[in-house]
Amino acid sequence: MVQYNFKKITVVPSGKDFIDIILSRTQRQTPTVVHKGYPISRLREFYMRKVKFTQQNFHEKLSAIIDEFPRLDDIHPFYGDLLHVLYNKDHYKLALGQVNTARNIVGKIAKDYVRLLKYGDSLYRCKSLKVAALGRMCTVIKRISPSLAYLEQIRQHMARLPSIDPNTRTILICGYPNVGKSSFMNKITRADVDVQPYAFTTKSLFVGHTDYKYLRYQVIDTPGILDRPFEDRNIIEMCSITALAHLKAAVLFFLDISGSCGYSIEQQAALFHSIKSLFMNKPLIVVCNKIDLQPLEGLSEEEMKLVMEMKTEAVKTVLAQGGDSNDEEVLLTMSTMTDEGVIAVKNAACERLLNQRVEIKMKSKKINDCLNRFHVAIPKPRDTKERPPCIPPAVLEARAKANEEKGKRKLEKDLEEENGGAGVYSANLRKHYILADEDWKEDIMPEILDGHNVYDFVDPDILLRLEELEQEEGLHLEAKADEEDFEMDGKELTEEERQLLAEIRQKKNLLIQEHRMKKSTAESRPIVPRKFDKDKKYTSERMGRELSALGIDPSKAIDRARSRSVTRRGRKRERSLGREGADGEAMDIDDELSNKKLRTRSRSRSRSKSRPPGEVTPGEGFKDSAQKLKAIRIAKKSVKVRNKAARKGEADRVIPNLKPKHLFSGKRSIGKTTRR
Amino acid sequence: MRLEKCWFCSSTIYPGHGIQFVRNDAKIFRFCRSKCHKNFKMKRNPRKVKWTKAYRRLHGKDMTQDSTFEFERRWNRPERYDRNVTEMTLKAIKKIDKIRVDREVRHHKMRMKGKKAFEQQAAIKELENSIDLVKAPVALQQAKIKVEVSRSQPEGERMEE
Repeated sequence: MVQYNFKKITVVPSGKDFIDIILSRTQRQTPTVVHKGYPISRLREFYMRKVKFTQQNFHEKLSAIIDEFPRLDDIHPFYGDLLHVLYNKDHYKLALGQVNTARNIVGKIAKDYVRLLKYGDSLYRCKSLKVAALGRMCTVIKRISPSLAYLEQIRQHMARLPSIDPNTRTILICGYPNVGKSSFMNKITRADVDVQPYAFTTKSLFVGHTDYKYLRYQVIDTPGILDRPFEDRNIIEMCSITALAHLKAAVLFFLDISGSCGYSIEQQAALFHSIKSLFMNKPLIVVCNKIDLQPLEGLSEEEMKLVMEMKTEAVKTVLAQGGDSNDEEVLLTMSTMTDEGVIAVKNAACERLLNQRVEIKMKSKKINDCLNRFHVAIPKPRDTKERPPCIPPAVLEARAKANEEKGKRKLEKDLEEENGGAGVYSANLRKHYILADEDWKEDIMPEILDGHNVYDFVDPDILLRLEELEQEEGLHLEAKADEEDFEMDGKELTEEERQLLAEIRQKKNLLIQEHRMKKSTAESRPIVPRKFDKDKKYTSERMGRELSALGIDPSKAIDRARSRSVTRRGRKRERSLGREGADGEAMDIDDELSNKKLRTRSRSRSRSKSRPPGEVTPGEGFKDSAQKLKAIRIAKKSVKVRNKAARKGEADRVIPNLKPKHLFSGKRSIGKTTRR
Repeated sequence: MRLEKCWFCSSTIYPGHGIQFVRNDAKIFRFCRSKCHKNFKMKRNPRKVKWTKAYRRLHGKDMTQDSTFEFERRWNRPERYDRNVTEMTLKAIKKIDKIRVDREVRHHKMRMKGKKAFEQQAAIKELENSIDLVKAPVALQQAKIKVEVSRSQPEGERMEE
C-alpha cells in the first residue's frame, strides 16, 4: 500500500528566491562571451539558448511543484478530506492552478521571443529581446509569489502530518475533550501525547502503534469533539470528524462517568447520538473511563438510562456485523489512573476489529492470497472403515460428460505436437477461412499481372463495366472508320521539284558540316592566304564546274578570271599595247583566244623547260634518280611541319602571342606556382 | 506485394528495384532508379522534365482522361475471395489493356494528324527560298523565257497556219 509520505515534497522557494536561483543558473550554465563581430547566426543562437534555458528551468521547477503536491481527488478520501479541512480545497487548487498557468505563460513567452530572435539583425537587438524575454518571465513568477508562499506553508504543515495508513487495522479514539483519550493512548502505545488538565490539549491527530496477536494496530488519538451543529465546528474538530468518517476502524467512544472533564453525561450522550451516523459498519465500543472517581454502579437512574441507550446503539452495530449480542464486549469500564481494565478495552477493540476484517476478507477474492497461511487439520482415523465423500450420481455423470467433450475436441496445440513440434509444423491458417465455396480455400491468387496490381482491378461487377467499355470502343471504331484522312491539299510536289529539294537539303547539310568542322578546328588550323590553298578550292576549274552545275555557262567567267591573274597581268599589258595599231576585227578574235594561247605558249624567257621530278642533273651530287627522289621526299617531309605551322621558312620565328595566358596565370591543383 | 509508381517518372517499380525516401512529414517518395532519385534530390520539377510521364500528360502528348483508367483504382475495402470474380478480373485486365493501348495509339495519330500538310507547306517554302543554292537566278530566268517562248510558239505556228 502506498504510504502517503508528504515529507518528500521539495521545498517551494519564494518568488524572489525562485527568480534568483533560475537567473543565476542561466548565468552560470550558458556561455557568456559574445562580441558584435560574430556572425549573426551565432549571436542569435547565443541569445536563443539563454532564453530557452531559462524557460526550461522554470518549466522543470514548476512542474516539480505541480507533480509533487498531491491531487486531492486522486488520494485516499481520508487524506483528501483532511487536507480540505486543514487548508481549503479550493484555495489549494487555485494556488496550484496559478502555478500551472505561470508555467504555460513562461513557455509561451519563450516561444514568442525565440521566434523573434530568429530575425534579430544586430547584437543589440538580440540582446534587448533576450532581456525582454527574461524580464517578462520573471514578472510572471513575481506575480505568483503569494501562491508560492502559500504552497510552502502547506508543504511544511503536510510534512508534519502523522503518517496514517488508511487501509490497515486502525483503532479510533473519540469523545469529549478531557475524558482521557490521550492518557489511554499513552498507556497502550509508545506515543507521548500531551496530557493536560485544560481542554483541547490535543489539537490534531496523533498516531501510535500497538500489538495484539502478533499483528500491529494503528491507534489514532483525535482532538475532542464538542456537541455542536456541523457547520459550527472548527478545524480541529473537523479533523476528528474526517478521521471518523473515512477510516475503517474500530471506534472507542470514551465516556467520562465522573463528570470531571466538565461535561455531564447528558451532554456526552447527546454528542454520541449526534455522531452515531458516523459509526456505521464500524465495531463500536463504549468505554466508561475514570471509574476510580465514580464507579459505574454508582450512577443515577437517568444517567444509567442514557448509558444503556448508548449501549443498545452499540449492540446494534454488532448485530449489523453479524456477531452475537454479547453484552460484555460492548460496554466496558476502565480507569487510566489505576490501569484497571485498560488492557481489556484494548483487547476487546482489537478482537472486534480483527473479526470484522477477517469476515470481509473471507467474502472477497483476496482469500486465495491468504490460503497458504491456512492449514486444514485432518483428523486421525479411528478405525479402518472407509468413509468416502458422498457425491450424487447426477453430478458424476455430468462430470464424465464434460471430460469426454474436452477429450473429443482436438486443439491446434495438440496437432502441432503431433506433427513435430513448434519449429517443424506450421499451422494451416487457411483451414478456417469462410468462403462461398470450400474448394477455394487452397487457392493462390495472383497479385501482379502484366505490370498491374490485380487487387486494384478486383470488383464484383467488373464484367458489366467491361461490357460498357467494349461498347464504347465499338462506337469509337465506327466513328473512326467513317472519318477519312483529308490530308492531301492537292499541292503536291512534282518529281523534279522533289529532286531539287533533295539537292538543296544535301547542300545545306554539307555547308553545315563544313562550318562545324571549321569551327572545331579553328584554333589549331593556321589561317593561310589564298595562294597557299591546299585543297585547291580556288581554282578556275572548280569555279567552272560549280557554275555549270548552277546552270550558267562558265566560259566567260573563267576567261576573265584567268586574264586577271597575276602571272598574266604583265604580259597582257605588253601585248595589248602592241596590238592597238592593228585590225579591229582581228583583235577581237585574238583577244578571245589570247588567254588560251598565252597559257600553252612556253615562256622561255622567264622559265626553263621543266624536267621530270626525279631526273638527276649532273652537278647536283646525286647518285641516281632514286636517291634524288628520296632526297626530295626528305626535303618535303622536313618542310611539312613548318608549313602546317604557317611558317614562311626556317627563319620565321614570329611568335604571335608572346605571353599566352595559360602559361602565365592560373592556380595548380597540385604543385607550386613559384616558377613558371 | 504491390507494384508502385515512381514519383518522378511514373514508371512501375518492380520488387527489388529502386529507393524509397520517407520525409519528416511522413510522406513517402518512391523512385524506380537512381536517375529519378538524383533528379529529385536536385529539386527538379517532374512537370518540367521532358521525359517524364507527368510532363507528357501535362503537355498533351499522352492520353490523360480515359475510362480505362477508372478500372485501376486503389480500393481500400477488403473483398472476400471469390474464384470466379478473380478469374473474370484476370481476363478483364488483358482486355482493358488492349483497349487502352489502342486508344493511346489513336490519340497519337490524332496528335500527328496535320503533320503531312505542314511538312508539305514547309517543303514548298524551302524550295522557294533556297532554290539559289542549286540553280542560279539567271538560269531560272532563261528557263522561264524558254517556257514562255515554247508556249507562245505553237500559238504563232497556229497563227501562221
